[in-house]
Amino acid sequence: MKSGYTPYHPKWYRSRIPIFWWLRKPAYARFIVRELTSVPVAYAALLVLVEAGVVTRGPAAYAAFVTWLQQPMVVGLHVAVLVGAALHTITWLNLAPKALVVRAAGHRLPSAIVLAAHWAGWVAVTGLVGWLISRLP
Amino acid sequence: MADAVTLEIQRYRPEQDDAPTWQRYRVPRREDWMVLDALNFIKDELDGTLSYRWACRMGVCGSCGMLVNGEPVLTCATYLARLGPGPIRVEPLHGFPVIRDLVGDLTDFLDKLQRVRPWIIRDEEPPLAQGECRQTPEELGEYKPYSMCINCMLCYSACPIYELEPHFLGPAAIALSQRYNLDSRDHGNEERMDILSQADGIWACTFIGECSAVCPKEVDPAGAIQRYKVAATASWFRSVLTPWRRT
Repeated sequence: MKSGYTPYHPKWYRSRIPIFWWLRKPAYARFIVRELTSVPVAYAALLVLVEAGVVTRGPAAYAAFVTWLQQPMVVGLHVAVLVGAALHTITWLNLAPKALVVRAAGHRLPSAIVLAAHWAGWVAVTGLVGWLISRLP
Repeated sequence: MADAVTLEIQRYRPEQDDAPTWQRYRVPRREDWMVLDALNFIKDELDGTLSYRWACRMGVCGSCGMLVNGEPVLTCATYLARLGPGPIRVEPLHGFPVIRDLVGDLTDFLDKLQRVRPWIIRDEEPPLAQGECRQTPEELGEYKPYSMCINCMLCYSACPIYELEPHFLGPAAIALSQRYNLDSRDHGNEERMDILSQADGIWACTFIGECSAVCPKEVDPAGAIQRYKVAATASWFRSVLTPWRRT
């Protein structure tokens, strides 16, 4: 009998979770991708703040900023950011019915309605922002 | 054996092993056999030293949960013949210390289950003469899905957070606490919220959602935890915006 084991006190085996645990299952990998898309969302928010800051520094500074935005590398980066942010939004909206239980007239609304309302809200806000941008001189 | 399949089973014998090893067994591949039947065949006919838990053989007791080909399943409800040509890997559930072979130590869950107060808490018990506490089918339907939990621990095994953060209360304990919160006879919501809204409670969950995917009873612990988060957030806002009101 090896040391460290006594009949009435078990010698447990405790496995350590591997660093690549998220490759164990496709669902875990999808989760990691979903979580990582919060980085593009944070980046997009920062970009808007930076742009607002540049606007306060006058037309010359803004023109330089726009030139930077038009560089192919930056356009490529921002397309990737858009894809990440869209993925984040879509996965977020699709999970909403799990967290939200809405009642109307004493009955629980089906998940499909909660989901549809979220999507409708997203489309409406996107449309509003698009309309505002289209009205810019 | 004409039609046979190989089972590759994780063995851990603490009196002789420092780490688990794999052992192969050939068992008949019968159409009507579950993985548990194959394990019982090994125990009865091939190797009596193999240790594992089982009791009811009908998906009610929740004791035969294991990893089969990496998936947490009830071995009494998983057809052997549907798992392909093999070898079929059988391991103890992830996240729990292994006592022997396929047997994990579930003490941690039982401690956590007690912490979330999974029983009906009443502000005041009405006198017996008043009769029973009646519920409508809607009120019953509110908590019934969460009451179907059989404590099989498949959700804990599917939850990487529980493995990474062993302090996390975990899916089943939170779902079972929600089962009592949503019961119209219960008044223990606040008491449980104090326990569940701590860092090792609902907020440790990152909503991977695999707990609900593997649940054999469709309890949806992931949904229970997210609903709890919404309720905790709403209650926090209420306490900040209207501090004079009892939250």
